[in-house]
Amino acid sequence: MSIPFDLSLRHKLPLWGGLLILLTALAITGGNLALTRESLKKNMLVRSEILGRSLARALSAAISLDDVWRAYEILDAPMSAETLRPGFHLESMVVLDALNRVFISTQPQRYPLQRGLATLGPEFRLLQARLEQNDGRVLALESGRVLLAIPLVVEGVPLGTLVLVHPADYYQSSFDRAVRRTAWTTLLVLLVLLPLTWFWGRRMAQPLSLLTERMGELGRRLPAPLPERIYPHDDELGRLFQVYGQMLRELADKEALERQVVKSDRLAALGRLTASMAHEINNPLGGLLTAVDTLKRHGQLDSLQAKLVPLLERGLTQIQEVVAALLVEARARSRALTRQDVDDVHILLAREARAVNWEWLNEVQDTVELPATLVRQVLINLLLNALQAAGKDGHMRARITQTALGLELEVGNDGRVIPPALMEHLFEPFTGLNEEGHGLGLWITYQIVQQLHGHIEVDSVAGWTRFRVDLPAAGSP
Amino acid sequence: MHFYRMSCFCLLLLCAGPALAAEGLRIGLTPTFLGERPALLADWRAYLENRLGRPVAFILKDSHEETMELLRQQQIQAAWLCDCPRITMNREFNLLATPLFHGRPYYRAYLVVPQADQVTHRLLDLKDKVFAYGDPTSNAGHMNPRYELWKFGVDPDHFFRRTFLTHTHGNAIEAVAAGVADATSVNSYVWETLDQQPALTGRTRIAARSVEYGFPPFVTTHTMAPGDFRALQRALLTMAEDARGRVVLKKMNLDGFALPQPELYQPVREIVRYMDNR
Repeated sequence: MSIPFDLSLRHKLPLWGGLLILLTALAITGGNLALTRESLKKNMLVRSEILGRSLARALSAAISLDDVWRAYEILDAPMSAETLRPGFHLESMVVLDALNRVFISTQPQRYPLQRGLATLGPEFRLLQARLEQNDGRVLALESGRVLLAIPLVVEGVPLGTLVLVHPADYYQSSFDRAVRRTAWTTLLVLLVLLPLTWFWGRRMAQPLSLLTERMGELGRRLPAPLPERIYPHDDELGRLFQVYGQMLRELADKEALERQVVKSDRLAALGRLTASMAHEINNPLGGLLTAVDTLKRHGQLDSLQAKLVPLLERGLTQIQEVVAALLVEARARSRALTRQDVDDVHILLAREARAVNWEWLNEVQDTVELPATLVRQVLINLLLNALQAAGKDGHMRARITQTALGLELEVGNDGRVIPPALMEHLFEPFTGLNEEGHGLGLWITYQIVQQLHGHIEVDSVAGWTRFRVDLPAAGSP
Repeated sequence: MHFYRMSCFCLLLLCAGPALAAEGLRIGLTPTFLGERPALLADWRAYLENRLGRPVAFILKDSHEETMELLRQQQIQAAWLCDCPRITMNREFNLLATPLFHGRPYYRAYLVVPQADQVTHRLLDLKDKVFAYGDPTSNAGHMNPRYELWKFGVDPDHFFRRTFLTHTHGNAIEAVAAGVADATSVNSYVWETLDQQPALTGRTRIAARSVEYGFPPFVTTHTMAPGDFRALQRALLTMAEDARGRVVLKKMNLDGFALPQPELYQPVREIVRYMDNR
């Protein structure tokens, strides 16, 4: 399309608004001026006629007395007053006698006394023709200059005629003044309206263009939300922004959910893989260990062998331990959890936790139908992690709550925050939060929680890292 | 218009007549002299009241005719009118004093044309032009130009294209300045007094000057008490002798007043006689 239609709304709205206002102002002003021009033309002739009629009586008397000087004085005063007016529109006044000769005029040089009308120029020749057919009415003649002829009649006897002579553009100076006044008024109105439109247009367009910009990011990444109260009104535009915000929130939720699902799926797959691998390793490993044991007990070993066999045994035992750790088996029957089991953990770790400020809240009242060993292992793993993270003089908080559905564990610390990259793979084996340990603590924790049909989540913001575990009691819905 | 003037006159006779005597001295003037100078008239009146010790009123009328009628009816005791024989040679009136213009009791008739007209130098140059007369009883404004034309054997009624009356010398000069008339004839005293502020006279030019005529005198009714007559005459004749009087005289563009000499008005009488005999 053409350039003006492709412009940004930010420019197009104010421009179109301004253009419309300008066009409206011009149309109204133009219409008004056309009307003004017509009424000015008419009014000024009416004014002339009123002036002429007001002089007619006195002039009739002067003509009947043949008093030229008196007639001149009658014309001279109003004529001088007219000349002083800014919108001067009367050129001269000519009084004709009954024979259409000049009796007196305000310009005696131009209209000499006693001169016949026909000798005064084409306009007056035309006037004479019209006067000869006239029956005592006021005549207006517009050919070049504008002549207004007022008959001077007393008791039906025509004594003469008063002719008011106007220049062809007699209304022009008044019209020019009207044009100037109107132009100023219009300019003032435009001075108010144009900035208003500009402001209003930008006010509408700016949020829209921001919205467009953000929507453009949608395919690549989740765009940032729009500023609060960017357009606080409840019209279509306002609703568009509301809907956009809602859409953004839903998209974020969906993305978080997807990430969670992917993570769970990955962890589940890893779980299955490690479990089957552990089984595959465990079977030959058992044989190997038995073989090593037999060799140690019954074999005659030379000195080198006597040195190697224990090495072999230690290595195989380590493999067994790691595999055992990977293969979290929750199926083993265990007694139900009591308040004392939880407190035991506190006592167990009290020595190691001397260096940190530890807040401990055991809100377990009685027995919870959950395997005590596994719950204690989860709690210990989480607490050890927190202890490590909090470091010397750090803060740690643990809260174990019995809920209607089961148990809720919450362990927090003010140690260093977990970086987002690590957060993604936090519960995978050998990830580890610290350099020490084998990196299986959280993996084991996760596996236990999964096997107990529970839920684990972590958030790490503003200097506080918190693990939360929900475990449904057996038999609960 | 005449009807209107006459009715005013009759009204004055009927209503104001008996009350006049009690008001002191009444002096009639026409707009020929001082007609449109109320401030000057007030000064002069104050001066005369001070000198005479009695109230003085100036009565202004539009035409010589009306003022003359008032004088005849003794509605006014004194008047400053014209130099026509009906005033100066009338047994009903006494000559009181003659103004001194440029130190002498004379004036001239000036033939006045527009400044733009540089070709007119005498009345005869004005064939088929528009001529403005002053008052028909005025010598300078009416009789003198007509008399001069007659002397050249020209009938003034058919010489000009158009004539009209302006009643005062001031109006006549204005008519020429505005271009309404091509020429007029006025009293030299009036033209020169107006010429002190030449807004009007600057647009006109003096094309010709007549011989000298006796300056229009102050006259009184012959019934005026001799004491009053002498007091007024003394007041006028000695006006130039005191400072206040000189201030007023300066404003009037006069140098003082002199005892009237009837022979001054003989030439005008000759003119009237000549005109009447035609």
